[in-house]
Amino acid sequence: MAEQRSYEIVFIINPDAEDAEVMRLTEAAQKIITDQGGNIVKTEMMGKRRLAYEINHKRDGVYVLLEVEGSGREIAEFERRMRVNDRVLRYMTVRVDEYRRRAQKLKDRRARKAERRPTAGKAKAAVPANDDDAESGVEAAA
Amino acid sequence: MSSNFEERDSPFGFEREYERAGMPGRGPRRMQRRKICRFCIDKVDYIDFKDVKLLQSYTPERGKILPRRISGVCATHQRMLAEAIKRARNIALLPYAAD
Repeated sequence: MAEQRSYEIVFIINPDAEDAEVMRLTEAAQKIITDQGGNIVKTEMMGKRRLAYEINHKRDGVYVLLEVEGSGREIAEFERRMRVNDRVLRYMTVRVDEYRRRAQKLKDRRARKAERRPTAGKAKAAVPANDDDAESGVEAAA
Repeated sequence: MSSNFEERDSPFGFEREYERAGMPGRGPRRMQRRKICRFCIDKVDYIDFKDVKLLQSYTPERGKILPRRISGVCATHQRMLAEAIKRARNIALLPYAAD
């Protein structure tokens, strides 16, 4: 359990809550996580949005996104608290470290393929030039 | 209903084809070239559940997930897409069912 995991947490606050209360709830959420040994990587207030369907007879909600690193214990605590908080319409936690690893793997594989290709591509250099450009652009960004 | 259909912005025109597929006998059945997965071209490794604009273009009118036989998305990316859409539904970014 010593490994570091990454999570994305989204929660929706009651639209009737004032800005101060939204801040208070967000800070409370951050505190729960840091108290349990978690690490806040990013906090993003996504603002008030229209819900795609009604939740508790509400049509809007204030979205907050947290990016968290930790062992998983803080998530359990966070979710337990969210369940009993009636100002929070909904919350969702997604573990993202595995997806990021997978994305990196795909990227690496593509880079390796791109390295091997140029020798084969020289015969018809005029046509795949475009494709190669895009490929190198991706590598530069990585 | 059909006017609503026109209004939806659909950068790829998937919805239109979807509708046509459901109504055989309307106009000549054209052979379509096999569509190429858009995500493969753009080299997408992860589809974010918060990207509502993108996900919306794969959930026509009714809010269902567009089948890949219509959109031409490859199996790998269709799996990612389906997962992202389901997550977006969970936090009310997308509807489970529209009207």
